[in-house]
Amino acid sequence: MKNAWWKILTVVLLLYVLIAGFLNEVPHLPILNESIRNTYFHVPMWFGMIILLGVSVVYAIKYLRTPTLRNDIISMEAAQIGLLFGVLGMITGMGWARITWGEYWSNDPKQNASAIGLLMYFAYFVLRGSFVDHQQRARISAVYNIFAYAALIPLLFILPRLTDSLHPGNGGNPGFGTYDMDSNMRKVFYPAVIGWTLLGIWILNVKSRFEILRQKLYENV
Amino acid sequence: MLLREVLYLMQKDFVLEWRQKYAFNGMLLYVSSTVFICYLSFGLRGGTLGVPVWNALFWIILLFTSVNAIAKSFTQESKGRLLYLYSLVSPQGVILAKIAYNTCLMLILALMCYLFYTIVIGNPVQDDYLFLATILLGAIGFSTSLTMVSGIAAKASNSGTLMAILGFPIIIPMLLMLMKMSKNAIDGLDRSASLDELITLLAINAIVVTISFILYPYLWRN
Repeated sequence: MKNAWWKILTVVLLLYVLIAGFLNEVPHLPILNESIRNTYFHVPMWFGMIILLGVSVVYAIKYLRTPTLRNDIISMEAAQIGLLFGVLGMITGMGWARITWGEYWSNDPKQNASAIGLLMYFAYFVLRGSFVDHQQRARISAVYNIFAYAALIPLLFILPRLTDSLHPGNGGNPGFGTYDMDSNMRKVFYPAVIGWTLLGIWILNVKSRFEILRQKLYENV
Repeated sequence: MLLREVLYLMQKDFVLEWRQKYAFNGMLLYVSSTVFICYLSFGLRGGTLGVPVWNALFWIILLFTSVNAIAKSFTQESKGRLLYLYSLVSPQGVILAKIAYNTCLMLILALMCYLFYTIVIGNPVQDDYLFLATILLGAIGFSTSLTMVSGIAAKASNSGTLMAILGFPIIIPMLLMLMKMSKNAIDGLDRSASLDELITLLAINAIVVTISFILYPYLWRN
């Protein structure tokens, strides 16, 4: 129970985000209106994805330095959950885009970039699946993981800035200060980012522990 | 030391390519038949293709050509030869030599493609030098990112499919920048308009080469 404080924090934060996110006052901006509440659900998904994919890369690097089963499994599971967050971010974004921009897909540079990013990580799992030998699979997919992350970062952070995006707060620099958020929204937004990310790390924790146990069990059978 | 290794390995690749001309001739034939298929399937008579379509088609043909050409850069090496190289040179030398060699190969293929494309489909390019510079950048960009990918894919069993699915997402940002730059060249815009794309392309290339340089030793070890 001593190490469970962050799990309790996750539950509390997410409950708070769900309740406050739907009930608190939000600024009524043209076009966005009430849909601005999607900031609490859509945006944290991308934060979670970047952080989890970052974890995945860190463990891939760790694997190349010290090749252990644990490093490989955490790297793989983190990529999987990062991908899940990416898909959820994509779905929440597309639903929102349908009512604000009029189309599910409107050729927005950020939409395109994130779709390409998801393709990269789907390819990562196809690559993993095409090896029989465990060590070779772990090593080569770690190499690809690092390579893909290095290609993903310019894709997500640099290219959308060269062209105008339809996203709120864009048209200039999509930094934080330009988001049309008042202090009321920030009170929910920051807990939402922390809460969703912690949830991802929680899932990662459980899944990788389970996977390590499973691998050990099969090895002994 | 590293430079000498790279030059030597490049020389080896060129000699090999020269001795087995069928591979290179095959690539040339691939390019020309693709261009011809495009010509026939668009039902063209004398350059009626719109500029965006011309541009997109050109780069898509080059993309597929480069995936096919670069895919074999590691699979053609036999296991014995790889082992031999392993005992002689450093992995960094191997990957840099492969990248440089593939750049040359892509440059030749791209120029041939451009030539043939011009003859068959027509040429709306207004700023020739900028367009040639774009082709050069494209050759460098395709070979830097696809060489590493082909190294990864060559280790797996179904390397043909893997080459495409691993390579395409990584190459898309580069491809978009290249298309924009070559569109500027076709429209004859002022060259300063392409500066952003130029710098981004060089930066992406630098990142990819650095990452390949660092990671290839891990890939090589077997």
